[in-house]
Amino acid sequence: MGRHVLLVEDEPNITEAIRFLLSRDGWTVNTHASGTDAVEVIRVARPDLVILDVMLPGKSGMDILRDLRDLDELNDMPVLMLTARGQMRDRDMAEKAGASRFMTKPFSNTEVLNAVRDLHAQASQS
Amino acid sequence: MASLNMLIFVCISYVVLLFIVAFMADRLAAKGRTTWLRSPIVYTLSLSIYCTAWTFYGAVGYAARSGLEFVTIYLGPTLVMIGWWWGLRKLVRIGRSQRITSIADLVSSRYGKSNLLAICVTILAVIGVTPYIALQLQSITLSFSIFSEADPSGATYSETATVFWVAAGLAVFAVLFGTRNLDANERHHGVVTAIALEAVVKLFALLAVGVFVVWGLSGGIAETMARIDASEIGQWQMKSGRWTAITFLAAAAFICLPRMFQVMVVENDDERHLRTAAWAFPLYLLMMSLFVVPIAVVGLDLLPAGSNPDLFVLTVPLSQGRDGLAMLAFLGGFSSATSMVIVAAMALSTMVSNHIVMPIWLSYRGDGGASVSGDVRSVVLLSRRVSIAVIMGLGYSYFRLSGGGTALASIGLISFTGIAQILPALLGGIFWRGATKAGALAGLSVGFGLWVYTLLLPGLGVGLVSEAVFQQGPFGLSWLRPQALFGITGLDPLVHSVMWSMLLNAAAFTLVSLFSFPSPIERLQGAQFVNVFDHSSGPRGWSGSVAQVEDLMIMSQRILGAAEAQALFRRQVILQGGRGHLPDPTPTFLQTLERELSGSVGAATAHAMVGQIVGGSSVSVQDLMAVADESAQLLEYSSQLEAKSTELARTARQLREANEKLTQISLQKDAFLSQVSHELRTPMTSIRAFSEILRDTSGLAEDEHSRYATIILDEAMRLTRLLDDLLDLSVLESGQVTLNMREGVLMDVLDQAVSTVLAGADSPLRVKRRRVGENVVLKSDLDRLAQVFINLIANAQKYCDAERPELTISAHHIGGQLVVDLIDNGSGIPTDVQAMVFEKFARVNAEKAGGAGLGLAICREIMHRLGGDVTYLSGQSGGAFRVTMPLSLPKLAELAAQ
Repeated sequence: MGRHVLLVEDEPNITEAIRFLLSRDGWTVNTHASGTDAVEVIRVARPDLVILDVMLPGKSGMDILRDLRDLDELNDMPVLMLTARGQMRDRDMAEKAGASRFMTKPFSNTEVLNAVRDLHAQASQS
Repeated sequence: MASLNMLIFVCISYVVLLFIVAFMADRLAAKGRTTWLRSPIVYTLSLSIYCTAWTFYGAVGYAARSGLEFVTIYLGPTLVMIGWWWGLRKLVRIGRSQRITSIADLVSSRYGKSNLLAICVTILAVIGVTPYIALQLQSITLSFSIFSEADPSGATYSETATVFWVAAGLAVFAVLFGTRNLDANERHHGVVTAIALEAVVKLFALLAVGVFVVWGLSGGIAETMARIDASEIGQWQMKSGRWTAITFLAAAAFICLPRMFQVMVVENDDERHLRTAAWAFPLYLLMMSLFVVPIAVVGLDLLPAGSNPDLFVLTVPLSQGRDGLAMLAFLGGFSSATSMVIVAAMALSTMVSNHIVMPIWLSYRGDGGASVSGDVRSVVLLSRRVSIAVIMGLGYSYFRLSGGGTALASIGLISFTGIAQILPALLGGIFWRGATKAGALAGLSVGFGLWVYTLLLPGLGVGLVSEAVFQQGPFGLSWLRPQALFGITGLDPLVHSVMWSMLLNAAAFTLVSLFSFPSPIERLQGAQFVNVFDHSSGPRGWSGSVAQVEDLMIMSQRILGAAEAQALFRRQVILQGGRGHLPDPTPTFLQTLERELSGSVGAATAHAMVGQIVGGSSVSVQDLMAVADESAQLLEYSSQLEAKSTELARTARQLREANEKLTQISLQKDAFLSQVSHELRTPMTSIRAFSEILRDTSGLAEDEHSRYATIILDEAMRLTRLLDDLLDLSVLESGQVTLNMREGVLMDVLDQAVSTVLAGADSPLRVKRRRVGENVVLKSDLDRLAQVFINLIANAQKYCDAERPELTISAHHIGGQLVVDLIDNGSGIPTDVQAMVFEKFARVNAEKAGGAGLGLAICREIMHRLGGDVTYLSGQSGGAFRVTMPLSLPKLAELAAQ
């Protein structure tokens, strides 16, 4: 099992930060900045893990996640949700939509790394 | 010989018996078992109060003095009963349908509820009847004195004391049974039953004396006839004038006397009883008069000359030692007197209390006095009781004053003539719709005046009218002599008085009626009275009483609700000790029902409804007015309620709107906070992430190091901008911004804005200006205005997606406003999001341009503060914004002219 991460995030600086962190941890990091075609990009790329921002231009992260879970081949894909709106409601919505992990911006780099590693480990065991 | 004590004992026992009868009858009536109490026979017998002591004792005296003339007293009522019973029926029907309580009430009701008229009739009746009551007292006293003379024990006997106690006793009896309770219909079953019994007693007594005289003393019919022929009574000497006058008077009195009206109309339960009475009452009168002549003849024969013929009925048996028979005769006379006095006192007390005392009391109490009905009831009862006492007192006083000497019959005829003055107004009222209140008043006054002048005053004795007036007339006007009006002499005083008073009464009544106009209520009442048979339902049989209760049940269910009504009726059945589910229609039950109903529909309406079903009475105008009053009150109340509920609804709607607004504001606030949170957290994320990278990562390349530091710096500046914008917006929105208004030229403002944006910008935005239109002086906060232009130009610079971005700025006037359009050559803003570009945090383009999405929101706030606006111009080729502002100063200095 490889260590391939697809990061869907429209904020270029955040994208660069996460890419830097994960690359140094040995991950292959692909990025995508638009919500509109994100589902298709994920389906084609078939990463081991998806990091998904909630606020995306074109289509919200929640909708993308729901669509992913509706697809048979992607319904057990580990998804780490990122949001800048740290409200309880968003966390609930994300859990309902099927997020594997939920993280509020700003996060510490260690948190991200740990989350990504945990999710990957869980996915590998099952 | 019978002792006086024995007589008193018998008397008291008899009164006690009457008490018991009256009491039992009242009890039965209260329980609703009135079948035999309401029989036509009882009704007929109660009519016999016409035969007072005057007729019982006086007829014999009359016969002894004037021969057969006494027959006229019986002839009048007989003619009325037989020949005019349809007229009586009309009276009874009116009485029932209008709930008439007395003759005064009838006349007053007919003429528009005129209380003045009622008072006149009442006064007339009191004046007319008081001597009559005195007459009854006198007869009782005289009969006592006969026994007292004959008393061997020589017991002390005081005439005055006797009269006083008799009067007091009768008053007590009348009070006890006439005013025990207030019945809306003024019916007194107890009293009526008692007087029916008395009617039997007096008839029986007179017949017994007659039989004794004819068969016991004279030895048979033939012998009696012979004796009559021998006496001067047998001489047929008819004075047609007097005969006609007295017959007429008796007939009129039969209708108009308050006590006759009471038993005939007010106490009448069923107008069909009149059919029976039409033959039974004349029969009764016939029997009463059958032995009058024999007794008179035998009395004249047997007793010493100078004996009072008025007392032959007593003295003849006494002289023959027939104490028992004499006692019976005494009871008969006693019955005649008491029944008349009791009913007369009751009838008069009703009139006095209803038409004189109560109006005075109510007006004395002022408004609101009648609102407490229980209060009024007790006052009414009290006033009736006092009235009875006063009337008896008047009778007693009259007796004391007059000395009781006058022949009984002449007082009776004077009374009759007075009472007969009501006749024109009464008959006119029920048969002639044109009769008016003014006419009735005129007729009554004329008749009353003439009666007093021509009959009452002369009749009372010479003392009251001087001899000179009799001989020469007042002030020497001979045509005004009391017993020879208009110079017509030679008439019998009674005939003279009856003729003139009735003639002028009727004439005044007719003429004044013709020349006066009835009030609306008079007209209505007139129609109700005259056409009473069209307006009211026919009598209901007593077999129909169950149907009545069923009707009541149906009505009650409609008003109270089925369960409530049934419970009420069941309670009443239990109270009455009966079975089944329908109670008998007793007065108590009806009263209770009326009270219950009045809680729902108002007292007047309830009364009218119950009366309609039970009494068969039509709804009177007064009822309708009361109903209308109640309805008006209800209507007012309900319209108040309606107004209140409308107000409540409006308040509720306002509250709902306010609540919606608050909810919306709260949602907007949530959304705004959420947006702010997002906008703050995003740069913070980058700052934190790269700060940690810089701190934790060893061996970063120099360029990496500097790039990451630059990112941190950029994001920190972005945060600062955001906070500045937020503060700016907050100040603008809260209205706390201070505007620095000053004059300036538009061109300068635009120059400043363009140069600010383009300075240091690397993107090649070309700004095309048409400077001609920009030479406008305006007064505004020029710095804020420049801020708006800077924002718009910067937007064009950021978002214009043309290959060679171009922004055209043009200024012109539209409708007194200065308009500046900024149009670029890009693709513009898509139509569906044009509406929201001015909202906070609204970003149309996907790419970030470093803004927080507050710029346009701030622009709009600024322009609103400056009294203008900034809008998106749709329909242009590219992105197009229009800034409008007022030309607050009219001096459009065209500086270009320089």
